[in-house]
Amino acid sequence: MSDQDKREVDEISGVETTGHEWDGIKELNNPLPRWWLWTFYATIVWSIGYTIAYPAWPLVNSATQGVLGYSSRAELHREVEQVQLSRSDQTAQLASLDLNEVLADDALRNFAIAGGAAAYRVNCSQCHGTGAQGAEGFPNLNDDNWIWGGTIEDLHHTIAHGVRDHADFDTRISEMPAFAGVMTRREIAETAAFVASLSREPENPDLVEAGAEHFEVYCAACHGFNGEGERLLGAPSLNNPIWLYGGSEAEIAAQIAQPRHGVMPGWADRLGDVTVRKLAVFVHSLGGGE
Amino acid sequence: MKYTVEIVGVSLAAFLALVGAALSQDSLFQAHMWVLFFALAGGAVLLLRRHSFLPAPATPARSSVHAEVEYMDGPIRYGVIATMFWAVVGLVVGVLIAAQLAWPQLNLEPWFTFGRVRPVHTSAVVFAFGGNALLATSFWVVQRTSHARLWGGNLAWFVFWGYQLFILLAASGYVLGITQSREYAEPEWYVDILLTVVWVAYLAVFLGTILRRKEPHIYVANWFYLAFIVTVAMLHVVNNMSMPVSFLGTKSYSAFSGVQDALTQWWYGHNAVGFFLTAGFLGIMYYFVPKQANRPIYSYRLSIIHFWALIFLYIWAGPHHLHYTALPDWAQTLGMVFSIMLWMPSWGGMINGLMTLSGAWDKLRTDPIIQMMVIAIAFYGMATFEGPVMSIKAVNSLSHYTDWTVGHVHSGALGWVGLISFAALYYMAPRLWGRAKLYSTRLVSIHVWTATLGIVIYAASMWVSGIMQGLMWREYDDQGFLVYSFAETVAAMYPYYVMRAFGGFLYLIGALIMAYNLYMTIRGHVREEAPVGGSLPALKPAE
Repeated sequence: MSDQDKREVDEISGVETTGHEWDGIKELNNPLPRWWLWTFYATIVWSIGYTIAYPAWPLVNSATQGVLGYSSRAELHREVEQVQLSRSDQTAQLASLDLNEVLADDALRNFAIAGGAAAYRVNCSQCHGTGAQGAEGFPNLNDDNWIWGGTIEDLHHTIAHGVRDHADFDTRISEMPAFAGVMTRREIAETAAFVASLSREPENPDLVEAGAEHFEVYCAACHGFNGEGERLLGAPSLNNPIWLYGGSEAEIAAQIAQPRHGVMPGWADRLGDVTVRKLAVFVHSLGGGE
Repeated sequence: MKYTVEIVGVSLAAFLALVGAALSQDSLFQAHMWVLFFALAGGAVLLLRRHSFLPAPATPARSSVHAEVEYMDGPIRYGVIATMFWAVVGLVVGVLIAAQLAWPQLNLEPWFTFGRVRPVHTSAVVFAFGGNALLATSFWVVQRTSHARLWGGNLAWFVFWGYQLFILLAASGYVLGITQSREYAEPEWYVDILLTVVWVAYLAVFLGTILRRKEPHIYVANWFYLAFIVTVAMLHVVNNMSMPVSFLGTKSYSAFSGVQDALTQWWYGHNAVGFFLTAGFLGIMYYFVPKQANRPIYSYRLSIIHFWALIFLYIWAGPHHLHYTALPDWAQTLGMVFSIMLWMPSWGGMINGLMTLSGAWDKLRTDPIIQMMVIAIAFYGMATFEGPVMSIKAVNSLSHYTDWTVGHVHSGALGWVGLISFAALYYMAPRLWGRAKLYSTRLVSIHVWTATLGIVIYAASMWVSGIMQGLMWREYDDQGFLVYSFAETVAAMYPYYVMRAFGGFLYLIGALIMAYNLYMTIRGHVREEAPVGGSLPALKPAE
């Protein structure tokens, strides 16, 4: 059947229809809008130009490289190199100077703090918190209460080799034994009451006296007679209200019975010594550095 | 006798599901086979209850009569209800996961964590809601524009119920933790096979109907539907090529590895947007806009040129999802330039949709369905402009992986796909159930504005949040050191997450209003109300 016969002029627009009709739907025979067509052509022309300039067309074993010689990998390397170049002096100093000398040099110290803060955000904040405030099982780094020491060398060693990172020969290791099989429940509760009394009013004052005796026998060798702690052994101080696994007597008792031990990976192999040094200076600057 | 073959087939399949559960290699497969068994056994019981031992009547009881052709409208009626149902389900889940991002306590382990519920949302809105909208409208459109009854008899019913079974297995699998971790193609191998069978049947019904058409030409809407069906079949099969560990277990391994796997995934993912959410819904637009406005299509020539340009260019644009990754530079370049060239072919559909209303702009004041269509086409235009912009590598380096992408997708999905589907439902429902008109036109108007407000709040908060997120990620101090940790960027997005959840909630409210309106329409009620237009403030045409 010939569509030509059915063509008609639409009254409203004055445009001829194509003569087709489906379920009452007709089509006007309007031309392509010029702006549409020319914009379409423009995007095609631009695209051809872009594919000449940049790597684009696949060949048998490779692809056209583009006349500009662009490669995203080369661009990345260039940017990284530029940054490294702009910092090369400070980086060299950081790598060679003694850490205490770094602390004494304000410009270098500020550079290390900025770099350490960036490395901290990427690698450390997941456990220690974005503000280094810590969380249960993860020490707060803003205070001056250090398990393994707060001098710049101590911090550097801890960050470089980690804690209980058995892949690292120089890692910090301490392991408090479980007292569940050694002491009775009552004795553990008494000891917990004593430990609590070192920093505040205990919840069960009548247990404290007996607890003091157990503490002397079982705990003082590492934690000190007054609970002052011993950094050489990685034994935390117990005479302040800073707790890694909770400070209620029940929580202290749980830690005596079956101690939990956190693990921190050593970062020297992953980040390189210069970044570890920056991290040490950054943590040292947080408020508790010695 | 009716349904004999169907009853035997479904019962046999239910038995096989039971055997699968008994011999399963892992507990997830066993749980999934039980789901399948109960679904199929329930289906067999329903079929038995409808079984008739009398000879089938010469003509089916209910079908609208258009001249001498009797259209098959049963699956369309079910499709309309399914579309409505899945829209509400998908949007409820969407609001849930939006709230989970703002308030992580809402992650209920193990079944309702974000990681498991998020694919339930995407699949429910794209494949369950969008897919049913496409099934129902394509069956409606192809019959009426071909002037022919659906080909294949009860095959259309198989397509409908098979598709619902696919949705059920996909969603229950996600919640159980069964996934092949391919975005928008999460179902495992056996669910993929089911969908393939259903899809081939869909193609047969659609193509068979076109082949028996009584019109000399194929209408433009059917070109788009056909492109959607054929291309989705190809995308689905290639993207899901994998080797199951056991034929009685859930796990399978992709046929591709490394960057080739990633590129296959995004070739699929982008064209799921291009052919499922764009081409298919352009088919809806090309039929329902001229019908509702009672105006001819603006330009036949434009429809031809933009159809072929769109089909040819879209399929190459996927690599723009992998800018600045291990994907070779040349592939990134091609993904970008094909996306740029897509801009005008996409806008061809917008022009044809909007310009079809010329001569009928006065209806914008009185017909909220036309309003809905105009807003849908406007969002289509915005999203198909934003897409090419975001594919430019310099822009993408900021926008990629951020909420900007999420906002972009939702302005397309909520604005374009959602609203054009709702408009089609409003058009079809009274006609399918033989009602003179909708229960309430005013409720449609409320739906339009609730939904539009929701989309605007959603998209705007995601733009701000996404650009902020991108800028925070790339913020370096004057010595070149990173300024923000990732957790700080997450914390900064909290207010925008709350606003986004609110925007999505508004959109859900709109959908609930629609469900109520359509339910009352189907039941045959008509609300007493003043007509829209007289008392409403004049609306500005969105040209």
